[in-house]
Amino acid sequence: MPVLKARDLTLSFGTKRALDGLSLQAEAGRITALLGPNGAGKTTFIRCCTGLTRPDGGSLTLFDAEPGAPEVLPRIGLMPQTTGAWSGITAARLLKYLSRLYANPQPVAQLMDLLGIDEFADTTYRRLSGGQQQAVNLAGALIGRPDLVFLDEPSAGLDPRSRRSTWDLLGRIRGDGVGILLTTHDMHEAEALADYVYIVDRGRVTAEGTVADLTVDASLEDAFLTHTTGDRQ
Amino acid sequence: MSALNFAPQAAAAPFGKRVWAQATTEAGLILRNGEQAILAIVIPVAVLIGAKFFGDRLGLDLQEMAPSVLALVIWSSCLTTLAIATGFERRYNVLERISATPLGKPGILLGKGLGISLITVGQIVILSIIGLLVGWRPEFTLASFLVAALVVVLSMGAFTGLALVISGSLRPEATLALANLMYLVGMPLGILLPVDRFPAWAQPVINALPTGALGETLRQSAQGEAIFWPLLVAALWCVVTLLLARKVFTWTS
Repeated sequence: MPVLKARDLTLSFGTKRALDGLSLQAEAGRITALLGPNGAGKTTFIRCCTGLTRPDGGSLTLFDAEPGAPEVLPRIGLMPQTTGAWSGITAARLLKYLSRLYANPQPVAQLMDLLGIDEFADTTYRRLSGGQQQAVNLAGALIGRPDLVFLDEPSAGLDPRSRRSTWDLLGRIRGDGVGILLTTHDMHEAEALADYVYIVDRGRVTAEGTVADLTVDASLEDAFLTHTTGDRQ
Repeated sequence: MSALNFAPQAAAAPFGKRVWAQATTEAGLILRNGEQAILAIVIPVAVLIGAKFFGDRLGLDLQEMAPSVLALVIWSSCLTTLAIATGFERRYNVLERISATPLGKPGILLGKGLGISLITVGQIVILSIIGLLVGWRPEFTLASFLVAALVVVLSMGAFTGLALVISGSLRPEATLALANLMYLVGMPLGILLPVDRFPAWAQPVINALPTGALGETLRQSAQGEAIFWPLLVAALWCVVTLLLARKVFTWTS
């Protein structure tokens, strides 16, 4: 049962076409990966899903409602690609603030413990390493017990140990019934996690399927290179 | 791993609690910022004390300067502080992050408005007490006080609208520069300098500015005079700037 349905989405910024007929869907309890080069429209698509940006055309629903609708917002979690927090706020204070926005939040202390945040709980966000910021951002996406989380390049900049630990956690979250839509240009991440992959290029889906479907004749990287035209940024 | 269960169980906190969480978080962040504290308290207190000891020589006595300083903190907090904070929230994707929570866009704006109002009211209380301690003796009447309160609220709305117009459409560095410049330029244009110090031809212009409307109202009200024209000026600026903010504000930079 799809919880997110996008059909023929279009969006332009001036003369630049960011989304060009993008169609895809995501389901509860599954990890859906958007695999594509920088500038392919992945982050723009997430911004449409969270109601930050409105598409010029096409249809987009989450839980059969408009993106950004009051009944939708509590049910989603967002881990942005970069920063996403006040530079002067501590990790603990940020998560406590976010938890106050929800009626049934995860217990902040346990979530911080699970993600190793308690070690730097009182450090301001600007003084955290990239990996620590990613952990805080992931905790922020999960704190409201969402049905669907958007993870924009969740393991970018992580060392191998942290990346593996993040992947394990994402597998567990999926097992608990949460839908995950993640963007990546990391083949290993898509192979390790995704139940279904959309290869996105120039604002549209150029190939889709399970990792097994996409790697019948060659590797996932070969499929990526075949179906994308390169970095546009 | 710990026993946390991630099974979906999403529900929003009540609207009032969400907005309060936003307002108190923003206010706390601003208060913990040293530079903002200087702008918020140190400069206004310095002006008050300066007026106490040197005001007579400059033709700006304490009875006139104390309400002017209250206008100054409203101007600095609702315009400069709010614009700079919001500009950097756009840069650091804070607005993108929190607009994807149950707070939503209306909750963010309400929370920001409430947060800066909490700070401004706190400043007004603290500076009024300091003013009284150093010799300010206001002569408010009920009418003059009510007019002043209304103009203060409308002016806060107008300055907030201006702050959102600037911070929601420019890069944060440009916002920082422009908001500080406006703070300095606005000071003599009715905030600290009474309108009657200007040449006759310039007085209608200063009176039509939101800075002139606020400063003049507070000074006259503190002397017991209820003047009504600033209500119209402040209301117009409030409506126009908030409508403009609604039109030009973008959530990411």
